[in-house]
Amino acid sequence: MKLIWLQSGGCGGCTLSWLGYAHGPLLEVLAEVGIELVWHPSLSAASCDEALALLEACARGAKPFDILCVEGALLRGPWLDQLPSGNFHRFGGGESMLDWVLRLAMRARHVVAIGSCAAFGGITAAGGNPTDAAGLQHDGEIGGGVLGPYFRDPTGLPVINVSGCPPHPDWITETLALLAQGRLTPESLDEFGRPRFFAERLVHHGCPRNEYYEFKAGAEHFGQQGCLMENLGCKGTQAHADCNLRLWNGEGSCLRGGFPCIRCTEPEFEEPGHPFHTTPKVAGIPIGLPADMPKAWFVALAALSKSATPPRVKENATAERLRRAPSVKRTKK
Amino acid sequence: MTRRIVGPFNRVEGDLEVTLEIEGGRVAAAFVNAPLYRGFEQILEGKAPLDALVFVPRICGICSVAQSAAAARALADAAGIAPPSNGRLAANLTLAIENLADHLTHFYLFFMPDFAAAEYAGASWYAEVSAQFGAQSGQAGRQALAARARFMQAMGLLAGKWPHTLAVQPGGTTRPLAESELFRLQRIVREFRAFLEARLFGSPLETIAGLDGQTALERWRRQDRAGDLRFFLELADRLDLWSLGQSGARFLSVGAYDEEGGKCLFAPGTWYEGRVLPFDPSQVREDLSHARYASAQTAQRPEEERTVPLYDKPGAYSWCKAPRLGGEICETGALARQLVDGQPLVGDIVGRRGAGVGARVLARLLEFARVVPALQRWLDAFDPEGAWCTAAPLAENCLGKGFVEAARGALGHWLTVHQGRIGGYQIIAPTTWNFSPRAADGRPGALEQALVGLPVPEQGRVPAVVHHVVRSFDPCMVCTVH
Repeated sequence: MKLIWLQSGGCGGCTLSWLGYAHGPLLEVLAEVGIELVWHPSLSAASCDEALALLEACARGAKPFDILCVEGALLRGPWLDQLPSGNFHRFGGGESMLDWVLRLAMRARHVVAIGSCAAFGGITAAGGNPTDAAGLQHDGEIGGGVLGPYFRDPTGLPVINVSGCPPHPDWITETLALLAQGRLTPESLDEFGRPRFFAERLVHHGCPRNEYYEFKAGAEHFGQQGCLMENLGCKGTQAHADCNLRLWNGEGSCLRGGFPCIRCTEPEFEEPGHPFHTTPKVAGIPIGLPADMPKAWFVALAALSKSATPPRVKENATAERLRRAPSVKRTKK
Repeated sequence: MTRRIVGPFNRVEGDLEVTLEIEGGRVAAAFVNAPLYRGFEQILEGKAPLDALVFVPRICGICSVAQSAAAARALADAAGIAPPSNGRLAANLTLAIENLADHLTHFYLFFMPDFAAAEYAGASWYAEVSAQFGAQSGQAGRQALAARARFMQAMGLLAGKWPHTLAVQPGGTTRPLAESELFRLQRIVREFRAFLEARLFGSPLETIAGLDGQTALERWRRQDRAGDLRFFLELADRLDLWSLGQSGARFLSVGAYDEEGGKCLFAPGTWYEGRVLPFDPSQVREDLSHARYASAQTAQRPEEERTVPLYDKPGAYSWCKAPRLGGEICETGALARQLVDGQPLVGDIVGRRGAGVGARVLARLLEFARVVPALQRWLDAFDPEGAWCTAAPLAENCLGKGFVEAARGALGHWLTVHQGRIGGYQIIAPTTWNFSPRAADGRPGALEQALVGLPVPEQGRVPAVVHHVVRSFDPCMVCTVH
């Protein structure tokens, strides 16, 4: 399948994350599943007029291609005469990137949003959203985006949202591979258009700090080993992604790196309504509860587990390294 | 006179166009346009100060740690604290690994593929360039991509993930390392060193770092013919990349990698025609006369500046602002770092052949040889029982500034906290210096000067020399315009 990749109002971090793909040489892995990069801004030889001519032929339908990947939010502003000008991002001396994306999306067999900016608007849409940034098919949580809520590709798929800021290189590669193999159906996607293979897990799953979570033994400052949910704003129990099962850059994840999950695969993660590194609480109980957890039960269990916290767990939670190891039990007396 | 809009340039980070005025087959004037605006400085206003650490890495996917580190320094400056030794070492490692990975990406994936352009098809070296450095297909490029992916695994350990880590904090880093993990990191750095010594240099790093002038470089080149550096030097001689693309600007470095006792691995300062002077941050101003923003009458100190986009401003042609140091245009990057630090090979080459494309690329490659041994030294210096991260309580009203050397050069963040919230946030990125538009005095920025005089036809294909000059700066346009 022939693939075109464009970057709009993002940071290029999705591409850079992708280049860290660890399960084999990326370019060979793509070739194996039959993906050919027609144009990619970081990897292609064609530049300037040559690149424009190539993209123009694709946009006119003269040169068929299959997959359009878009990285970065679509910038609709500034508005001129009550119309979105797209002038915050012009590409190749003339048209806005918004127009390029709209024209190419109509010719593509599949449209893939790479990263939370292209999917939902992402970080570029934060604050007062100065550029009127939106995703391809979502404007935050709301369906729509620049392609509209009813967009479907010729095979019946909506925009495929490989969200994340950035997305894990496996999420991108595996989504493209499934697409190239014809294995991605509307049922493969969740209600935000995210492939279920990574979005039907929670970041909390596989978190190495789970014992601290069980006993509500929270870290109080960065660098400490305890659970980051109680005091430091971690949203791992509410974020859909398999970051702690799949791991990043060999053996990392945000939680393994000692900092809280900011829910970067979710629409509108950029505006949590409170400072990122703090946990909003009412009467000492965090207000953002784990997905699917009834509040009364959470409060009851938290109170119970807190009173049962082993001294070892309590002490280690606020230390930068293990102070007390689990006791060794001998079975032979 | 003919005007040509040249772009979009690919294999640069972000979006770039250049308008060339051509007279008699040569560039008479160049106008550099960064055609993207996202508004990070506006977005940050009103946020909690530490939220800057979530937002600023996302200015840039290729140098997100550099943005993070500059913000952490600005916050530390505002809080009046400094990280403990372990935190300083971990921050050095995290930033240095990103910078080296950027140098690798630049050389193998962005810069060298231009020599496989069709116009060089008749050259004796063309077949080898295409086989080794052709975009996507080149063997050297593929090997470098694999080496880079393995090297970046160090970021999984040091920083949780890359890009967009939150590990770098004002008071240190959030990821204490155990001794067994330090061992794993040493393994990764050793593998990277082996790649560089086998593929890039064909020599031990110490040999390269020890070359003290052009004579020593020539003697080393004659020893045998292995290594991509030798191949680059041959191209640089044949195509005279040494005199190509000189900016005539001053060179600025804010100093890289904190060592014990307040020293830097690479010293800060400015360099102009062989003279090194101290860097004085109070001399920095941003001029908006040709940038698409509402502007004050005079150039502003970053502490006082507001960012208000104005797309249709008359006379404006870029979203890039025009930073100046004491009114002067500066070039920043690996070449500036090495010149200011007094590295003898780079000083000698620039003295004899000028500060052009060749010197920029050579200085970048030389940093592999100078920084990788430092990585190994820093890994040995951790104190397993020492502290990693101290708290950074901020006053309701305060200000701070933070400077780091990103791969592409000087990066500065200026932060004002007003009633517990960010009142103002200004960022000057390396490419903002290098790809600056004209200021009120009409003098062009560094790239704008470096392009003048290049042979460009009024129609038809843009010659490869334009690409060599543009990419020799390793531009990062997303940082430039943020």
